Amino acid sequence: MSGRTIDIDVLKENARHFRKEILEMIHEAGSGHPGGSLSAVEILISLYYYKLNHRPDEPGWPIRDRFIMSKGHASPVVYVTLANCGYIPKAELKRFRKLGSMLQGHVHAGVPGVELSTGSLGQGLSVAGGIALGAKLRKVNFKIYCVLGDGEIQEGQIWEAAMTAAQHKLDNICAILDYNKVQENAPVAQIKNEEPLADKWRSFGWHVIEVDGHDFKRLISALDEFDSVKDKPTFIIAHTIKGKGVSFMEGQPKWHGKAPNTEQLETALRELGF
Amino acid sequence: MELKATREAFGEALLELGRKKKKVVVLSGDLEDATRAEYFKNEFSDRFFNLGIAEQDILGTAVGLSLDGLIPFACSFAAFLTNRAYGILRISICYNKRNVKVIGSHAGITVGADGATAQCLEDFAITRVLPNIIVLSPVDAIEAKKATYAMAEICGPVYMRLGRTPFPVITKESDPFTIGKANLMRDGNDVSIIATGLMVSEGLAAAESLSKEGISARVINMHTIKPLDEACIIAAAKHTRAIVTAEEHQINGGLGGAVAEVLARNEPAPIEMVAVLDTFGESGAPDELLKKYQLTAGDIIRAVKKVLNRKGI
Repeated sequence: MSGRTIDIDVLKENARHFRKEILEMIHEAGSGHPGGSLSAVEILISLYYYKLNHRPDEPGWPIRDRFIMSKGHASPVVYVTLANCGYIPKAELKRFRKLGSMLQGHVHAGVPGVELSTGSLGQGLSVAGGIALGAKLRKVNFKIYCVLGDGEIQEGQIWEAAMTAAQHKLDNICAILDYNKVQENAPVAQIKNEEPLADKWRSFGWHVIEVDGHDFKRLISALDEFDSVKDKPTFIIAHTIKGKGVSFMEGQPKWHGKAPNTEQLETALRELGF
Repeated sequence: MELKATREAFGEALLELGRKKKKVVVLSGDLEDATRAEYFKNEFSDRFFNLGIAEQDILGTAVGLSLDGLIPFACSFAAFLTNRAYGILRISICYNKRNVKVIGSHAGITVGADGATAQCLEDFAITRVLPNIIVLSPVDAIEAKKATYAMAEICGPVYMRLGRTPFPVITKESDPFTIGKANLMRDGNDVSIIATGLMVSEGLAAAESLSKEGISARVINMHTIKPLDEACIIAAAKHTRAIVTAEEHQINGGLGGAVAEVLARNEPAPIEMVAVLDTFGESGAPDELLKKYQLTAGDIIRAVKKVLNRKGI
């Protein structure tokens, strides 16, 4: 499953279904993080349905591409992706956040296909860097993809990791920023402005690509561009909309970490065409 | 008596491990000269990474290296690795059960002249509350080597504290070392001195003095803070009915606290703790600091007399 020809319309239809399943599982759980899950749907689909070299029936395949979801609260989009790829049964989604479930509230390594438990923000990029460093050391050629949140990169560790990846010329690592511009209590720019973001990452020695993070063609072309970058890590700034696809959630901080009630779920699903 | 720093022995053992195990990789926070990880670096530069002054990234990178079967040793000062990077130790390493060896040198008050910022006095307290981790505190250079080799054979998180200052070498190559199994250094009937690191030597000196007064003290080398050898502690409490702990660590939450927890749950007995009394250290010579912060054989003797008084002798 890598770099194959792809029907964009099929991906779009997948995205619509992913959003439905994300909302349903958060509703069922009674809590969870819809905003930053809905914003990352196209990113995850582009990775798992187009870019990643992976085998859902063999999660430990040694030369698989690695995926780290550093913003661990966006677990719904990860679990829905893994369920649709066949890593876990779809029925498991109903057990999200419940006692004894493998689907812990934040991304959990006990789930087949998950490399790292995350949830304490800012930790994933260092780990991705370590995998990349190890791959270089062992001279194996898989790639490492790491999705970051925009609020998350306020953590200092991210910038430590950014310097490490550049210093060691880790061109096997591609970080993708889900730049939905809204964090838990307010817009990012009002809390700790990160702009000029592209300039920041370029000045840290990364190859930076900016795309519309809901446009499959642009995302795919950015992921392909990463393959041709040598001697530096790649940073894709994916401009997204928090809560994408549900009008009353879009751009709203209050939907960062709140479950829709039954009525809200029905409204949302209608908007998505269900 | 031979004196040798545990960090020195660690550096030698790490180099030896590097020769034996190609999967061993070493990360440093620009302190490999001080932690002695430079011995490894000099021979295996391809497997050595100085990631700069970035302890959080060092532990995170170590986790990434471990994910594909490498055995990373992350080396820096205890104060920076366990304090600055605690959240990474907690989640990326311990929650994820990663095979990362965290080596914190320059622990304890005997760091000396560098003063309070480098003198890590809380590493036992903050590491031992984390699930999945093993916490080691070798008594001398010989034991530090054994501990280094032993942790490489275990798959899982390990933290080991090392000292900067040469410690008396009080064990032999032939002595057993098993993680989680305390070593009896001297048997006795009236009181048990449970110590770790440098303070074991002080405990032995105290026991020797006490014997001249007719007080028979058992001395236990508690080289593993977690998992704690509870059976050894309970047996000591049953037999001697009085316990003194001794450590180069804050009085709250360290070995003394851990032993007290075991006693309270299993075999209540009076306990006195020789430790740093809820204060930061300062600059000075190691010997001067040990004296000022009441971490000497004399302080252990005073604690023994106090606990014996409480015991009713």
